[in-house]
Amino acid sequence: MAIRFTLNDAPVEVADFDPNTTLLAFLRGRGMTGTKEGCAEGECGACAVALVERDARGNTRYQPVNACLLLLGSCAGREIVSIEGIAQGGELHPVQRAMIDRAGSQCGYCTPGFVVSLFAEYYRPGRTEVDPEAIAGNLCRCTGYRPIREVAEGLGQPGDDDPFRRRLALAPPTLEPVQHRSGAGRFLRPGTLQGALTLLAEEPGAVIVAGGTDVVVEVNQRHRRHRSLLSLENVAELAVFEQSADRIRIGAALSLTQIEQHLAGTVPLLAQLFPLFSSRLIRNRATLGGNLMTASPIGDSPPALLALDAEVELASPSGTRTLPLSDFFTGYRQTARKPDEILAAISIPLPLPNVQRFYKVSKRVLDDISTVAAGYSLRVDGAGKISAARLAYGGVAPTPARARDAEAFMVGQVWSHELVKHTLPILARAFSPIGDHRGSADYRSTLIVRLLEKLWADTSGGAA
Amino acid sequence: MTSLGKPIAHESACDHVTGSALYTDDLAGRFPGLLHAHPVTAPHAHARVVALDPSAALAEPGVVRVLGPADVPGENQIGPARPDEPLFPSEVMFHGQAVAWVLAESEESARRGAAAVRVDYQPLPATLDLEAAIAAEQFLTDPLRLQRGDAAAGLERAPHRLTGELFVGGQEHFYLETQSAIAHLDEQGRVFVHSSTQHPSETQEIVARVLGLRKHDVTVQCLRMGGAFGGKEVQANAWAAVAALGARLTGRPTRVRLSRAHDTTLTGKRHPVLGRFEVGFDAQGTLLALRMQLFADGGWCLDLSEPIVYRALFHSDNAYRIRDVELVGRVVRTHKTSMTAFRGFGGPQGMIMIEEIVDRVARTLGIEPHQVRERNFYREGDCTPYGQVVRDPDRMPRIWGELTASCDYFERRRQIAEHNSRAPHAKRGLAITPVKFGISFTTAFFNQGGALVLVYADGSVQVNHGGTEMGQGLHTKMLQVAAHTLGVPMAAVRMMPTQTDKVPNTSATAASSGADLNGAALKVACETLRARLAEVAAPELGAAPDELVFDEGRVFARSRPERALTFSHVAHQAHFQRVPLLATGYYRTPGIQFDKVTGTGKPFHYFAYGAAATEVEVDGFTGMYSVRRVDILHDVGDSLSPLVDRGQIEGGFVQGLGWLTLEELVWNADGRLATENASTYKLPGLGECPPIFNVALLGRASEPDVVYGSKAVGEPPFMLAISAREALRDAVAAFGAGAAGVVELASPATPEAVFWAVERVRRSGSKA
Ligand SMILES: Cc1cc2nc3c(=O)[nH]c(=O)nc-3n(C[C@H](O)[C@H](O)[C@H](O)COP(=O)(O)OP(=O)(O)OC[C@H]3O[C@@H](n4cnc5c(N)ncnc54)[C@H](O)[C@@H]3O)c2cc1C
Ligand code: FES
Ligand code: FES
Repeated sequence: MAIRFTLNDAPVEVADFDPNTTLLAFLRGRGMTGTKEGCAEGECGACAVALVERDARGNTRYQPVNACLLLLGSCAGREIVSIEGIAQGGELHPVQRAMIDRAGSQCGYCTPGFVVSLFAEYYRPGRTEVDPEAIAGNLCRCTGYRPIREVAEGLGQPGDDDPFRRRLALAPPTLEPVQHRSGAGRFLRPGTLQGALTLLAEEPGAVIVAGGTDVVVEVNQRHRRHRSLLSLENVAELAVFEQSADRIRIGAALSLTQIEQHLAGTVPLLAQLFPLFSSRLIRNRATLGGNLMTASPIGDSPPALLALDAEVELASPSGTRTLPLSDFFTGYRQTARKPDEILAAISIPLPLPNVQRFYKVSKRVLDDISTVAAGYSLRVDGAGKISAARLAYGGVAPTPARARDAEAFMVGQVWSHELVKHTLPILARAFSPIGDHRGSADYRSTLIVRLLEKLWADTSGGAA
Repeated sequence: MTSLGKPIAHESACDHVTGSALYTDDLAGRFPGLLHAHPVTAPHAHARVVALDPSAALAEPGVVRVLGPADVPGENQIGPARPDEPLFPSEVMFHGQAVAWVLAESEESARRGAAAVRVDYQPLPATLDLEAAIAAEQFLTDPLRLQRGDAAAGLERAPHRLTGELFVGGQEHFYLETQSAIAHLDEQGRVFVHSSTQHPSETQEIVARVLGLRKHDVTVQCLRMGGAFGGKEVQANAWAAVAALGARLTGRPTRVRLSRAHDTTLTGKRHPVLGRFEVGFDAQGTLLALRMQLFADGGWCLDLSEPIVYRALFHSDNAYRIRDVELVGRVVRTHKTSMTAFRGFGGPQGMIMIEEIVDRVARTLGIEPHQVRERNFYREGDCTPYGQVVRDPDRMPRIWGELTASCDYFERRRQIAEHNSRAPHAKRGLAITPVKFGISFTTAFFNQGGALVLVYADGSVQVNHGGTEMGQGLHTKMLQVAAHTLGVPMAAVRMMPTQTDKVPNTSATAASSGADLNGAALKVACETLRARLAEVAAPELGAAPDELVFDEGRVFARSRPERALTFSHVAHQAHFQRVPLLATGYYRTPGIQFDKVTGTGKPFHYFAYGAAATEVEVDGFTGMYSVRRVDILHDVGDSLSPLVDRGQIEGGFVQGLGWLTLEELVWNADGRLATENASTYKLPGLGECPPIFNVALLGRASEPDVVYGSKAVGEPPFMLAISAREALRDAVAAFGAGAAGVVELASPATPEAVFWAVERVRRSGSKA
């Protein structure tokens, strides 16, 4: 089966392709060289393109993503704008004009990616001021960013007859299921959970891909080549967001950007986490399911979700089981998921703990991987007594983990600086982290306790 | 009205923003039958290649040829300074070195082919650690020395002395466009190479050497680069040579493009340097004597390490007068990639040492560091330790005064002290540091530039010069110079791609000298043409040739501006009258010399000056920090192009900030680079751009002997970022109780490094 999509308003049909092909390789192979490769791992944004998608509020929008991590198969049925499609009829787009006027380019290699990110931000529905992260997923080695930041801060509003704005008045394309099978391999994109489970059973070697921000990095950097890829991006049941009296239920294949929009800051731990998690370009594709399934000890959502007592739902042909997240990680990059299961949803019980904090220590503040991350939550009653404590960490053990002894020690005591001091020695014994290029073992060990002290300092002025 | 000195956008800005600006690898689609090359890389830091068997690779579908030492028709040697860099080595000298290359119909086939090449290695002991290599006396050169007076006696006499050492890490260039080249045979069967190179003439030379051809058989073009920063000065040559060899042997166009991971593991970086120093000073902090050794990790081969270490020595004084000086530089050999040119070319490593020393002196004495800095500035009549007179020494105090006033330095110091007394966990720091940077290649013969200008009979102009465009805005400045000198609008002038068949034997576009050398040459060529055109126009205007004004496409007598001819008309007439409309221009920098034996001379045409004040805040729990504000005042002479210059200053500052804070190179115990891509090697991102970032160009600073009074700007601003390091140290010190004495801070000052620095300060504070 050939796949079809729309690229800069023109139809594209691809009859046969290797399922490991990225959109970036495809574009450049077709001579569309405006989209650049700077890293092939989602870090530099030189490859940014925009997808026409629906956001969590139901608006059509241009969603910038990294073409180096977008599989060609995923493009099926989509509408895509690349740098070549931004100037219309020989007229520069306002963001392009602004980049020229403010000297936003030097060598120009990063520039197409910045223009795409700025373009998407320009049309973001409901934009009143700039999303400070709109260009945080783009690296520039020449300019030092000041002029580009000024372009972002100075964006005007599109006019009524702006063709892109007119496009956004209409619905985004609906994605159809894809079953691409060829000599080069298979790309399968079912539309239902049942369909996904069946394909998984029929193709035991199939590798699941959601946002692809881990899977495709492996393809590009470790040269993993998959015969069969099973994409969850179009499974309706995995894209749900539900809030009831006793819990919030988040579909495993929702993008982090969509979750961010749905939650709108109502879960402080996650609201603090999101801006520190990769970049906007990545979060537009990355999913919570993918982050948990990767089971990296330095993944950022696990400490936050552990602190929230989250549960995971695993679906299989024989039904769905629910597991506390704290029982989910079984070893270094290992989980309790069975081969025939798909992670369907993550639930956060309500009411939420009244003290919540997420800390991420990394070299670079934005878009970096954690040296140590901590998710803290406390339920503190009116008398200041702790009824439940969660001290969850990433980067200190082979799996994301809670410091259970320290948690137990805190319960029943009054939340005070004294208590923190007495908890520290217990906390200090909880883990024995290792050292690597992100940080020494000593640094990590010390951070484990310092972050709890920081929690006290940051929250003692008033409840979080 | 001319565009010279006006804030105009980069000449390619329009192509940048639409994605139509082409870089070397973007041309791939234009070559039918293109072959793709992939390296076979060694999994050892040091090993002998015992056997190399390509048969399994040749059996892979799509593989066309495997290139090894036996395929080289010329010399298997690409060393620019010394023949110590075989293109195909028999002895592996660093982890990941390419021992062979596979050519195939697709990138994927080439990669599979490379994985299938069987290589037997005999591993040999590797030295990775700089100090171990120093102890084993593994050096790539003899000691390099600069000396003045008697350092031993000076130290002896000094009322105060202190000794110390500082290790500063290296830096990956991380130009966004990785190394690339495409070679093909031209219509006459000669070699044409598109290369992302800062030094097309040297690329041409190396390609010719490897292929056993003469230079006239090889043409190298560099359209533009997606950043270079020194990393494509000599280190672009290997890839061009491999591509050219492939094209020559197969007759098919051949492409090399390094993946990011190959680029970082195969190419060199800024030299990591260990400095050991002993300084003598008086109670007011006046520097009296300095003895210092700089050990630069040169990696496996010589490369440009010698001039780089010299430049480090030349900048070990920065802006400060020191009477008795003894400086020794060593290039240490380790089993790592060959360290190479990187913006500043050793200057930053020398300069950071003296700034470290000044800060230690200040804190030892309990004097404010900015006072010690100011006290030691060069004065009228002073010479550097290598005997060059410091011209315009008053620039530095002038910049210092203007900047401390414009950034409200003293009031902010007071506010910060107040803030710090109230905030136990988040301390702020503010520091101001100077930069004095020497301009010129210290190797004298490189200081020459050439240009070729063609005027067509319709008045349109083509300009060629020897410099390359890597984003620094050289072509923009050159268009401004050409248009201004010829008196035509910018749009009448077309900048041609840099090509070795237009200007021969060019120097690298490096040492910040691109605009100085090529601009001066271009000006000469344009003046020649203008003079000829004036002869043509004069009779028609009834005026003397030297009375004519050429302005934005109009030619007129100064006394009668209303009666003008068009430039096109004059060009047309000139052609008709058989006046030559092509001209070359040539420039050599006068008076440059340096004697290595005595360590004295005048290696620089002039100095560029600047200063920066940076404010930071440090979190005491984690060591994480943010830059809150930066103010810069920098001397670019009469700016040729203020937007371009400001871009260089800001970009240089942020790149320097990266070197001193985030960018940490880590090698594993087996010599593999652990930080090989953007996920592990963190460049400054948007979050590192100071929220308040004030940049001003120094006024009244015309440079008499440089093209249109301008000054070079590429490298000097990089070192303004030392102010951020010193601000971090200032904040760290605030975590201590009272005067803490010397505050040690590792470099790069990553959050972890800052964290440990805070811990040390706290501990020493609690003992006191
Ligand atoms: C530039 C960049 C920055 C990053 N920064 C961060 C960061 O700051 N913090 C952080 O934690 N991570 C970071 N990551 C890692 C990555 O983005 C996250 O792990 C992300 O959440 C993965 O989601 P995904 O949907 O893209 O996963 P995918 O790549 O699609 O899948 C990841 C894994 O999960 C499996 N999988 C996915 N969904 C399911 C499911 N529903 N059921 C069963 N198996 C499934 C896949 O088979 C695969 O093994 C970064 C990655 C990049 C490229
Ligand atoms: S190439 Fe760097 S993010 Fe895609
Ligand atoms: S302009 Fe060169 S990387 Fe941004």
